[in-house]
Amino acid sequence: MNVVQHAADRFMRWAFSVDPATWPHAWIVYAGFILLAAVLAVGFVALFAGPVTWLERRVAGRIMSRIGPNRVGPQGVLQWLADGIKCFLKEDLVPEGADRTLFRIAPYFVFGGMFGAFVVLPFGVHLVAADLNVGLLYILAVTSLVVVGLLMAGWASNSKWALFGGVRSAAQLVSYEIPSAFSLMAVILFAGTMSMQGVVAAQGGWPWDWFLFRNPFLFAAFFLYFTAAIAEGNRTPFDLPEAESELVAGYNVEYSGMRYLFFMFAEWANLWIMSAVATVCFLGGWQIPGVSPAEVAAAEGLAFVGWQALSFLVFAAKASALILVVVQLRWTVPRLRIDQLMFTCWKYLVPLSFVCILGVLALMVVVREGGTVDMILRAALLIFGFWAVVEYARRIRRTYLADKALYERMEGKAMWYPPYRMP
Amino acid sequence: MSDAADPLVKSPANADGPRVIEAEVYPGAIATRLDHAINWFRESSIWYLLFATACCGIELMQTGGPRTDLDRFGAVFRASPRQSDLLLVAGTITYKMADRVRLLWAQMADPKYVVAMGSCANCGGLFQRSYSVVCGVDKIVPVDLYLPGCPPRPEALNEAILRLQEKMHGERWAAKMKGQA
Repeated sequence: MNVVQHAADRFMRWAFSVDPATWPHAWIVYAGFILLAAVLAVGFVALFAGPVTWLERRVAGRIMSRIGPNRVGPQGVLQWLADGIKCFLKEDLVPEGADRTLFRIAPYFVFGGMFGAFVVLPFGVHLVAADLNVGLLYILAVTSLVVVGLLMAGWASNSKWALFGGVRSAAQLVSYEIPSAFSLMAVILFAGTMSMQGVVAAQGGWPWDWFLFRNPFLFAAFFLYFTAAIAEGNRTPFDLPEAESELVAGYNVEYSGMRYLFFMFAEWANLWIMSAVATVCFLGGWQIPGVSPAEVAAAEGLAFVGWQALSFLVFAAKASALILVVVQLRWTVPRLRIDQLMFTCWKYLVPLSFVCILGVLALMVVVREGGTVDMILRAALLIFGFWAVVEYARRIRRTYLADKALYERMEGKAMWYPPYRMP
Repeated sequence: MSDAADPLVKSPANADGPRVIEAEVYPGAIATRLDHAINWFRESSIWYLLFATACCGIELMQTGGPRTDLDRFGAVFRASPRQSDLLLVAGTITYKMADRVRLLWAQMADPKYVVAMGSCANCGGLFQRSYSVVCGVDKIVPVDLYLPGCPPRPEALNEAILRLQEKMHGERWAAKMKGQA
């Protein structure tokens, strides 16, 4: 069901009392609703990308025994607003000798590529702009536009660092698209659909119904996708296009002010996209535990709105947990060398993703769904996953306590922030 | 003027605390408010260029570290001059380097600021009698703030950032962009 069209139809019946199928001016309302959906999506990206930059700087501060931004607003939560407005107020430089047109439009390509993915990303039961039946393929295709933008930026800047950065990111993105696409292919085969909502509907609300714990090869595919997606998002340990020690700032070295902001905006939007796709494909999407999708779809009026909000919260919580992991990874893991990067992709991730596809297919043929073997496998995966999460939390707690004890021994007073406050 | 008479200082005479003196309303009030807000955002996000030529650079690195965390004030380093607001000249500038400093400064986007950090950048310092040292970086780029010390401690650099914020707060952004401020 096309949700935007459905909403527009209902609006026309309610406001103008006309039949949208025969009314000649219906296209104006449709265009308005599409615009509204786009504005909502841009607003969401902006409101998401900003605070996450603050979160990342606070987490980085915590990891480096610093504090991080804490002056603008309470605990510095408005730091992103300060950075954004400052960047808008800076001079918009176009370097001498640059290809002015290409230089100016490159950020929009990057941003457009990222933003195009939001068309099919589901946020809740009905909260999706368009539920394309080739949703996953569309996401893989449209985010490739980013490569064009990065190459354009690198080439048009007329700077050797920018060119190196652009070519590097093109090589990296094109390479890592293959393992990420193939690990999603395993999900597509398992779910039997490419539609994002269809993939979510094939899962359940409880963790044992998630694709992550349904099949050992899907479990592996999740980690393959996650690694490849981090590389596609140009984030450490794969942030070679922006390696300061080698390339100054990579493809965006000549960009200042607003256009630089667009690149950063796209990078943070990509963080949401990769986490959202991983949530949809492996972590059960917006499925509320204990509530069937049919029950949600049948609700009317206020209950309908409530279920939508709840499903969005479930989805956002899962995606945010993944984002936190990505942020922690960025400040923990050192950067790879370019040959190690290509080595990782072509010699490990690509063959392993092929193995995942074959494994998923083989298990689908050999193991009966819901049979004894299937249940044993799922239980083992669930226990392993539970153990991994507990271990992760335990390790973080241990580091925190050790840090706290060290500080108290050195300074003879309590650490400057209580544990309930942000890291 | 004694403390008791001063309305801005908390004292037994005004136990409610410092009183705010209301500003007179004049036609430019709205623009001033806007400038105030703009300056607040600008001064909260001073990105400084990764540029260091001598031992002051070590102190500059320290200042970003845990003890004097510049990130608290929203000041982070950028490797590219295009994206940075502040050129911290950290160290001795030789005649050979002077061209590069000038170029880096020219590559920065307006509005931009320069802090001369340490004796060498202020006046040539220990090396001012040398045949190859620029005696003061203000001979090649306009300097907003001189930071004494050889080298200045991280606390001093932190103070310099705060002083720069004060300076930015009194500016008008539009005028600064035209190069009048």
